[in-house]
Formats: sequence, C-alpha cells, structure tokens
Amino acid sequence: MAQVHLKNVKKSYGALDVVHSINLSIAEGEFVVLVGPSGCGKSTTLRMVAGLEDISGGEIVIGDRVVNDLPPRERNLAMVFQNYALYPHMTVRENLGFSLKIAKKSQAEINKAVDEAAEILALTPLLDRKPGALSGGQRQRVAMGRAIVRQPDVFLFDEPLSNLDAKLRTQMRVEIKKLHQKVGSTVIYVTHDQIEAMTLADRIVIMRDGHIVQVGTPLDVFENPVNTFVATFIGSPPMNLLSGVVKGDQLGLSDGTRIPLPPGMKLADGRRVQLGIRADNIMPEGHALPPTAHMAHVDMKVTLSEPLGTETVVYAQLAGTEVQAKMLNPRPVVPGEVLRFGIALDKCHLFDADTGLNLKA
Amino acid sequence: MASASQHRLRKRLLKTGHFIGLFLAMCVICIPGLWVVLNSFRPTVEIMAKPPVWIPNELNLDHYRAMFGGAGQGGIPVWTYFTNSLIISVTSTVIALLVGMAGGYAFARYKFKGKGMTFVMLMATRAVPGVALSLPVFIIFGRTGLIDTHLGMILVYVAMNVPFTIWLIDGFFRQVPKELAEAAEIDGCTRWQAFWKVEFPVARAGIASAGIFAFLTSWNEYALASQLTRSVSSKTMPVGLLDFTSQFTLNWGGMCALAVLMIIPALILTFLVQKHLIAGLTFGGVKG
Repeated sequence: MAQVHLKNVKKSYGALDVVHSINLSIAEGEFVVLVGPSGCGKSTTLRMVAGLEDISGGEIVIGDRVVNDLPPRERNLAMVFQNYALYPHMTVRENLGFSLKIAKKSQAEINKAVDEAAEILALTPLLDRKPGALSGGQRQRVAMGRAIVRQPDVFLFDEPLSNLDAKLRTQMRVEIKKLHQKVGSTVIYVTHDQIEAMTLADRIVIMRDGHIVQVGTPLDVFENPVNTFVATFIGSPPMNLLSGVVKGDQLGLSDGTRIPLPPGMKLADGRRVQLGIRADNIMPEGHALPPTAHMAHVDMKVTLSEPLGTETVVYAQLAGTEVQAKMLNPRPVVPGEVLRFGIALDKCHLFDADTGLNLKA
Repeated sequence: MASASQHRLRKRLLKTGHFIGLFLAMCVICIPGLWVVLNSFRPTVEIMAKPPVWIPNELNLDHYRAMFGGAGQGGIPVWTYFTNSLIISVTSTVIALLVGMAGGYAFARYKFKGKGMTFVMLMATRAVPGVALSLPVFIIFGRTGLIDTHLGMILVYVAMNVPFTIWLIDGFFRQVPKELAEAAEIDGCTRWQAFWKVEFPVARAGIASAGIFAFLTSWNEYALASQLTRSVSSKTMPVGLLDFTSQFTLNWGGMCALAVLMIIPALILTFLVQKHLIAGLTFGGVKG
C-alpha cells in the first residue's frame, strides 16, 4: 500500500498537449476513479503512473519514491487491462504465478500465493486451463488474480469492465468493490462509465480535455457539480439545463415561461444563465416529489415515456428544450398529454451561460 | 415429394462433380511427383518406353545404387551435395529468421521516420526476379571471390528471404496485442524478457512458418545456385541434378532418384511443423 501523488504532471505528443499539468494526491488505501469522455486523458494519466508512457513534465510519487524515470517493473504496481492481456500460451496457474516467477520466488511460495488468489476469486477449478478456454468473466477474474498475487502497492484498472455484458459488469463491479475491501490497497480505476465511477469510488476525479474538472466524493460531485459538464456527465438521466435570462428574482425562458430563481440566489437583471434540474427534482404532481418550501410549477407537453418498473422517465418539452422528469408512481402517459410538473427549487443549480460555472453562492 | 427427391439428386450430383473436380486438380499436382518417385525405381528402358508403361513391371534400386556408386558407375557425390544444401539452407534460414524477427518486430511495434517507405522498398525487392540479378551478383561475387563458396550462397539466400520473413513476421507480431508486453513489463519483466517470455512464444507458430518458407526457398532454389556454384565444394542438390546430363543423353532414372532424396528432408520438415504451419498461416490470414 502506498500514497500516490501527481504533481504538475504533463503529457504531450509533439505540439499536442494531452494532459495539462494535473495535480492529484491519492491517500493510502483509497479507491480513486478517473472518469471522463473518451480522449480526456484519463487512460494516458493511468499509463503514466504505470510507467508505460513517459511523462513530459512534473513528478509522479508512489510511496515516498519519485518514479518518473523508473521502468514499470520497479514501480511495484499491478494493472488490469481492458482486454485483460492474459498470456495466451500459459495456463491460468502460470498466468497468476508469472510475476513471482520473474521475481525468482521459490515454487512453494508461488504455489501458495497462486492458490490463495485463486481461492479469493473462485478460480481454483480453472487453474489448468488456458485463457482461450475461459469465458469473459473468468478471464476478467484471472486478470484480477494476476494483480492480487503480486501484492502491489497500487492497483491500476484501465476500463476493466467495458468488454463484459451488462449483467456481468454489475456482478464484477461488486466483486471489485469487495476485493478492495478485503485487500485494502490503493486503487486507481479508469472508466468512462459514470455509474461505475459513482458506485466504486471513494473519490471521483472528473477529467475533460486533459484537465481535472472536479475531484470529490461521489455524492459531492453529484450534489455540487462545479460546472455544466460535471452536472450533465454525472448522474443518470443527465441533469436538465434550461437556458434563460434573469428577470428580478425570476428566470425568463425563451417562450415566456417564468421560473423563480433557487432560494438565496441574487443575480443582476439580464444575466444569461442555465437552470440545472435533475430528473429527480422535477416530477408530475402527485408523484412523490419530497415536499419543500421552495416549489415551482410548470405545465409541459409529454413527448415520450420510458417505463423502468419502479419509476418512469418522462420526456417533455419546455421552451424548446427536452426535459427528462421522473414519475415515482408510474402510470401510463400518452404522448401529447399536458401535465403539471413540480420543481424542487432548493435542489436546483444555476450556471453561467458563457463559462458554464456553477453560480452557487 | 418429387421436388424433395429432385433436390436430393441435384445435391448428390453437385457433390460428385465437386469430387471429380478435386480429383482432377490433385492429379495435376500429384502425378508428376508420383512419376518422379516411380521412375527412380524402374529401369531406364521402362522410363523411356513408348507408349508409356503406367504400371511398372519391375521395381529396383539400381538408380540409387549407381548414384551412390563410384565415379565409373555413374555415381555422383550425393552426400557432399546434401551437406552443402543443408549447411547453406539452415544457415541462411537461421539468419533470415533472426533478421526477420528483429525487423518484423520493429515494423510492428515502433514508429520511426521513413517506416512506410522502408517497408515498401523491402517489398519491392521481392518484385525483382532473382535471376535478373544473377549477372550483377556474379560479377560482384567474382571480384570478391565468393563464387563457389558456402558463404556466397548463404548471402544470396539471406538477401532473398529477409524481405519475406520481415513481412510475414511483422504480420504475426501485429496480431499479438501490445498490452501483453505491457502486462509482462508491469509483472516485472524487462523489455527483453517481455519479448522472449511472452511475445515470442505467442508469435512462435508464425515465426516457424516463416522459417519453413525460407528453408524451402533456399533448399529448392536452382537458377542462382547453378550460376554461382562451380564445384563439388559448394554445389547444392538441385544443381547436382545437372550431373545426370551429358552431351547426348539424360539419365532420367538417376535424376529422379536424386530428386526423391531432395524431397524427403523437405517433406519430413513439413510434416514435423505441419500443425504450426497451418496455425501460422491462418493466424496470419486474419491480418487486416
């Protein structure tokens, strides 16, 4: 186990900057998830920590060593790759024990470590098979086993679940979380899936275009997004954004609808802003929106509904923008139907229309 | 019902036609080979008979006996030719494979300036027929004293085979995911260990098939060898076949007997690595 510190870490390919001077401190035993759309530099960052990519500037510290110029083998990490990268010519046992064999450990030690890891991941019956004879989920577990066997300071995961089907992905997500609780190592996990990020992370690092946009606990980034990018990226369905102009203590939408500003917000008249409302905070009347002193009401025409069982996502039009709302007591909705929706204003956010920054006082 | 039986009949006819077609194709490929083997065992009279004798009346080892016999009985230095062929083919194959592995790996894994152009140039050398180069090669070898030496032949075959092995092995290494070597490096390997312990074994089948091709090319090559070798000290087996021609006669039986001896090692080798060869070829076949 070890802390990991990134200090002004940069990566550029020629004139192209892929990662712009990022700073991040990861505590011992912490599970940190780097999340962002593809091309945001999250995988590159992970590969720089692993030593698979050179860094163009800054400093990476693992434990108390600056590892900038150390090759991967001297960093004492383990990594799980997106395509698993199991050695196809070796059995599962040989795959698991490979790192110990390279480290010239005795056969008895190797067997002990391999058997333990196989036990944890329920791989014991598969030890003599080759990776080609395993299913996707089993390969995934072997890849994790190979990481555990090394007892590394830091575990690195590079989109490990994206090759699995939805059901298996949920299952493996739980296993990874359990594994972390059992082993307690520092974990850096890269994904583009915000649900994985929310469910696994102690802390989420949201990246975009090579910059860190926000760092925080899952609930923190969900409840207090710093800008519209985080607001729409984290949470499902994404936060609704309504563009409008401040008029006194109200927001005027393009079709003339007026919605009061969230409580405590005082903004100059005529300022262009975006009102952010999560689907959980805008519901048709009578659909279990928690009562609050700061309610607003709008009438919207329903265009589509997606029944999910316990809830239904309702799509409706407001001032030319599509809004997604939730119905917690689902009933059939006909497209074209006009419903009255309640908005919990104290849960809403205001963003500057130009910079996208959250205007929260 | 009628249509069902008609359908079955047509299916059977198609199948029969298919078999006949295959049989004819196989005949074209196999009969000359069979004829060579057969002729090596029967008397010259029968070989030359008109109309041809298809079913041999008598099989014997006379041609083999004569071939291994003394100079007076039409003997030729088979063992020397065989050793020459073996030394030249094996050495040139090993070198071509080593260079091919280094080059193929570099093309598959690294970015460098002029990579595309270098690759095209390498492949372009394959477009030049070997014989076209025989005169320049002859002159250069003549000046450097490489004519009629093992070294000369090895150089020629390495030059012939290297572009091919690089191209083939590049394809095989491309098939090996980059992450395998990265995983190995994280598991504690040096770059070199990652190559030998992971990437090389995974691409082994492909490399073996590249080796076979290189070996067979050198083993069977005739045109250049016939010009660049002069004496027993460096003549290879295909050139040795020419020993059976004299001004007015051709010793067909002897020639066939030597041809059979030539085929045997190639055949054995092919059988030994057959599994690898097929795996290697299909492995490479998926290359986009």
